[in-house]
Amino acid sequence: MAGLSKSDSSHKSHDMGMHDEQLTGRTQQMYFSPSEDENFEHAYAYDVDFSKATEFDCADLSTTDINIKIRNLMKEGYGTINIINPMGKHALGVGILNRLNLTFEGSLGYFACGLIDGPNVHINGRVGWSCAENMLAGTVIIEKNAGSLFGAAIRGGDLVCKGRAGARVGIDQKGGTIIVGGDVGAFTGFMMQRGRMIILGDARENLGDSMYDGTIYLAGKAKSLGVDAVEAELTELDIRYLKGKLALYGMEAPNGIENITKISSGKQLWNYDNLEPTEKKLVL
Amino acid sequence: MCGIAGLIWKGGKKSNVGSELTSMLQALKHRGPDSTGFALYGTATPDDFIMRFITAEQEALKKGFIIHKEVEQREEEVEARIKELGAVIKDQKAPTEYAHRYQFSYDGDLHRLIDYVEDVDGVEVMSVGRALELIKDLGDSKTVSEQYKLGNFDGTHAIGHTRMATESDVDIRSAHPYWAYPFNDVSVVHNGQLTNYWTHRRDLERRGHRFMSTCDSELIAVYIADRIDHGDDLETAMRSSVDYLDGVFSYVVATSDQLGMAKDVMAAKPMVVYESDEFVGLASEEIAIRSIFPREIDTMDPYEGEVLVWQV
Repeated sequence: MAGLSKSDSSHKSHDMGMHDEQLTGRTQQMYFSPSEDENFEHAYAYDVDFSKATEFDCADLSTTDINIKIRNLMKEGYGTINIINPMGKHALGVGILNRLNLTFEGSLGYFACGLIDGPNVHINGRVGWSCAENMLAGTVIIEKNAGSLFGAAIRGGDLVCKGRAGARVGIDQKGGTIIVGGDVGAFTGFMMQRGRMIILGDARENLGDSMYDGTIYLAGKAKSLGVDAVEAELTELDIRYLKGKLALYGMEAPNGIENITKISSGKQLWNYDNLEPTEKKLVL
Repeated sequence: MCGIAGLIWKGGKKSNVGSELTSMLQALKHRGPDSTGFALYGTATPDDFIMRFITAEQEALKKGFIIHKEVEQREEEVEARIKELGAVIKDQKAPTEYAHRYQFSYDGDLHRLIDYVEDVDGVEVMSVGRALELIKDLGDSKTVSEQYKLGNFDGTHAIGHTRMATESDVDIRSAHPYWAYPFNDVSVVHNGQLTNYWTHRRDLERRGHRFMSTCDSELIAVYIADRIDHGDDLETAMRSSVDYLDGVFSYVVATSDQLGMAKDVMAAKPMVVYESDEFVGLASEEIAIRSIFPREIDTMDPYEGEVLVWQV
């Protein structure tokens, strides 16, 4: 280890007093010491009781007030919350990091139930763009149609839309399952990386474009497959999985599970370790 | 970002479209607070034309004192020129110092009359039509609606726009909706960016079309006008526009008796449609449609490249 010396903490800058200054300002960071009583839980994750139920009308509340109210109710231990009159408001039910039975009696706007980790959400209506974006765990069930970017970048959990969904469903999906009962728009499964998607209707242009990995099950027809999305063989294991998953949400494949098309990545775009032509010259 | 909205009552039913569109656009204010525009289709005046024009930009009026005298002179000049061509002015209103509404009867060459009026320095014709009234100004929907007293405007259909300026200035000239000069009653609102604007603008200008602003959305209005001029109906014109325009867009067009929407081939810009037996409402976000229908409604997102047209 020639030439290396221990880093010197008594650096000149310390003598100059440049590290003594007390930093001020606000921070949102939370600091943990992993002692037993903290149990490694999420910050803002609450212990709730499912049998403790409540309901509130949010027609006259703002988005922030509604989300704060949900959090306060969870703090009080309510495990079943029913929200009426959401009136298509944006960003409702976001950032819930614990188990919870949450029901919305009506339609939601954009970014509904994003960044959640654990709750079971039931929406008796429609959702706008980017529903359940970045969801980590739990279930979200939508009774009617969904907008574009449905389940963008989800990492886990089950996301179910019983109607049709817009364009770019499951863009950048990294895990979990997305189930759509009707048709889906263009570029569904764009750059999908992991997880499964079950589409019981038809798909539009470029299904599974540039997907790295993961599986798309399509009951209807795709207008076209995207770059590097290829049909794969539907195995016995797939059928068993689909049967179980669809039964869970009371859904059925219109032409039977055996006739579902399985689509996965052709892996022709996997060039991670390949050298560029200019780099090759340097090596040689 | 921009927010667009449109509504149409089917079967010739009339409603207070002025206040309905005001609340729809107010619900979309967060998508762009720079300016708001309305294209309202009221009771058609079969013998008369309604012309909306401005004599100066708000910005110009803030600078100096002479301009206030000038805008008066400009209006006098417009009036004189309309009379000179033989039109009979029946009604004159001025909701603001710079915005005017004239109702006149005229059976000569309308195209020439509009060009002659616009030839007056600083004057821009917003719209000419039998039923169309196009109002646009800076501020949110409520501000503009109150300023121009749109709270009780009865009509069959309307389109509107709240703007977040990204491609051009914050002024009335660059605000939507755009009127498809020189065609009666055709107006357009657009959400998105067009990337082949300059190529097509140069081409259309060579063929005699006029561009008032440097706003890319104006291309849609001019293109639709060009296609109608070539004998296309609205739906055909809109279908060919999906290939003609490059970029991302959702736009809404209205004529004296039709309302249509088109989406780009990537479905990159939002649009939500609600259709019932008597009413069709469309907007960038469902929250806008819900502002006039407090009950639960079934809505859907049209897919990429889709064109939909409804009749009054």
